[in-house]
Amino acid sequence: MLAYIIRRLIYAIPILIGVNLLTFALFFVVNTPEQMARVQLGDKHVTEEAVQEWKAQRGYDKPLLINGDAEGAGAFTETIFFEKSLSLFALDFGKSDAGRNIAADIEQRMWPSLAVALPTFIIGISVNIAFALFVVMFRASIFDTSAMILCVGLMSVSGVFYVIAGQFFFAKEWSLVPISGYLGGADAWRFLLLPVIIGVISGIGGGTRLYRTLFLEEANKDYVRTARAKGVAELTVLFRHILPNGMIPILTSVVVVIPSLFMGSLLVESFFGIPGLGSYTLDAIQAQDFAIVRSMVFLGSVLYIIGLLLTDISYTLVDPRVRLS
Amino acid sequence: MEVFDVRLHLLWSDILIFLLVASLCAFIVTVVRNPLARKRWSQVFESRIGSASFLVILFYVLVALTDSVHFQKKLDQAGDSGEVHYAPEVTSLLDLALAPMLGRDEKTYSAPFAIHSFAKESMELPEGGVTRDYPRLEHGGSHLDDDSQHGADIVVKSMTVIGWTLVPVLILIFLHHSLMKKRSSRLPWPVIYFTFSAIVVVSSWALYMSQFYHVLGTDKVGQDVLYGAVKAVRTGVLIGTLATLVTLPLAVLLGISAGYFRGWIDDVVQYIYTTLNSIPGILLIAASVLLIDVYIETHPEQFKLLSDRADFKFVALCFILGMTSWTGLCRLLRAETLKLSQLEYVQAAHAFGVSRWRVIMRHILPNTTHLILIALVLDFSGFVLAEAVLSYIGVGVDPSMKSWGNMINEARAELAREPVVWWSVIAAFILMFVLVLAANLFSDRVRDAFDPRMSGSGDNK
Repeated sequence: MLAYIIRRLIYAIPILIGVNLLTFALFFVVNTPEQMARVQLGDKHVTEEAVQEWKAQRGYDKPLLINGDAEGAGAFTETIFFEKSLSLFALDFGKSDAGRNIAADIEQRMWPSLAVALPTFIIGISVNIAFALFVVMFRASIFDTSAMILCVGLMSVSGVFYVIAGQFFFAKEWSLVPISGYLGGADAWRFLLLPVIIGVISGIGGGTRLYRTLFLEEANKDYVRTARAKGVAELTVLFRHILPNGMIPILTSVVVVIPSLFMGSLLVESFFGIPGLGSYTLDAIQAQDFAIVRSMVFLGSVLYIIGLLLTDISYTLVDPRVRLS
Repeated sequence: MEVFDVRLHLLWSDILIFLLVASLCAFIVTVVRNPLARKRWSQVFESRIGSASFLVILFYVLVALTDSVHFQKKLDQAGDSGEVHYAPEVTSLLDLALAPMLGRDEKTYSAPFAIHSFAKESMELPEGGVTRDYPRLEHGGSHLDDDSQHGADIVVKSMTVIGWTLVPVLILIFLHHSLMKKRSSRLPWPVIYFTFSAIVVVSSWALYMSQFYHVLGTDKVGQDVLYGAVKAVRTGVLIGTLATLVTLPLAVLLGISAGYFRGWIDDVVQYIYTTLNSIPGILLIAASVLLIDVYIETHPEQFKLLSDRADFKFVALCFILGMTSWTGLCRLLRAETLKLSQLEYVQAAHAFGVSRWRVIMRHILPNTTHLILIALVLDFSGFVLAEAVLSYIGVGVDPSMKSWGNMINEARAELAREPVVWWSVIAAFILMFVLVLAANLFSDRVRDAFDPRMSGSGDNK
């Protein structure tokens, strides 16, 4: 097991290099460090010296990918790409191009992100499983059919409309919660309520449908039929046999997103003005702050890879037949 | 090309969509020739939901196609040298059909079917003095002699147009029905008739009524909302189809070759999709869209017309969306190919010395069609929804282009007004919802018909 984990972590290195290369390319294909400096310093009255100084301070004064002047390995190491990537692997995010400490920003903004994403995730899954189980109880009836049509209807509504409708009715018309914004401390729940509710509701359609399929697959298996043939009550079958076994594929499929919860949701945070990591990244993209974007993409990839690893491990935990090698 | 007094000006997306239609026709021909595929597809269309949702999608696609034939109108005044000038903006065939809604702009917001403006204005009274009241609209209901007839007029006109369209539609249906009796067909004709007449009646009602009123009101600059919402159909349909089209070759080529050849090809493909997957999709899209923006700014000489710019950005967005979402299908295809290439008949083909290319084309690809098909139809609705979200956070289609996302984005401020301007959000919502719902229902039917697991168990009936 330990050997497997270590090997997977080593495999992660080329992937992370690839991720870095891609973000790097996307940023510098059209943007030169020169232009970045001018954007950051403000367009007017920028002297050549100021630009050079800005680049030197932030380490953008070297060639991008290959240094023709340096010799040997220096051709690759004395470049912006190498130096910037290397510090990321040590999880040293450095300073943003605007001069802020990225690690401190992340630490501060992680909590609001988590405060929205975690409840949405947990409540969302529980609600979906409950609904799916309820529908499976009445399977192949008119209730089942109409519930599925309702689910397809819910899935066909753009997430943006859920946000708009939620903000309009809950916040504006009925003044139950603030429209957007965030406060730390005990008052935070008032700001969190709406984003979490919207997040849960917008996932109900797709989630219930998917979980229903998984439960139904389980409900058609032989052992379930045997249980019924023995005279076990329908509710007992549902909760003792179908639910625990149907949970296996559900849990293993959601494990992958758990680490990424830290990153928050880009959309929900920008809609509701929550100062989390999602809106942080979005703002950085719009301000063309390469240092922040690079760090966030890197962090996101690391968390995703951890999620994949956790998925593999969770398979062995729930199913003893699976061995990692 | 010069016909009459217009000049055809096809945008890149127009060319792509017509290529797509051509390949779709080729696909239909192959389906009709193949008995098994024909059986599967007839299963889709024999279900009531399948044929009804297909008709709705077809209607949207037709609207999008008529909106994809662009031309420039000739300007009235000829140049001194007898040179002909063309209008700087492009018009589409759909614009001609929607002519009653064009050129009837009001000053600002007005509610659906309103004859008075939405906001109060200071007006000079004929007998002197100034009053604040809702001014009469310039175009909405301008045919009315007496404003008190307003309500009655709407009802009478609606009844007339519905009656006049229902009669020919019913005659058509009756004729078709009596002709069909001789041949046996298992298609659910009542549902098809109903959907068809609903589409015809609703669209002709909207078209007729908009000669007299603004059926869905007007927006901030006084433009007809219905016009904008209908123009946005093209954006929605095109983004769904073009982005899907981009995912297809990538996913099929990489997925099948990874599963079939294995070894280092498999490693490389797996590496590519894990890398792409591990970057949050929206980040990748946002960064790429900004890149396109910078490119357009630095190369203004390549885009003669304003719509060329918007169109370039639009096509680029479709490509970006496609590039970021092919990984799911690729993974599925890889796993399926791995499984297929172990089966006896593939092994037998190898033993007979059939070339690898032929094995892939004859034995592997046809057996993965159901996966590809299901993913394609599912992706379509996903892309339509994604457009709204992306435009809403400002990395979507060009603001000058009509799209549902842009309409919602503008409506953000309108909802904060008192009283609320609700009609443009509702218009975008309804048109988008109907398309996505139809696509989702259709994809369900396709999955039921093509997924071997589904057809075996019989749960989903």
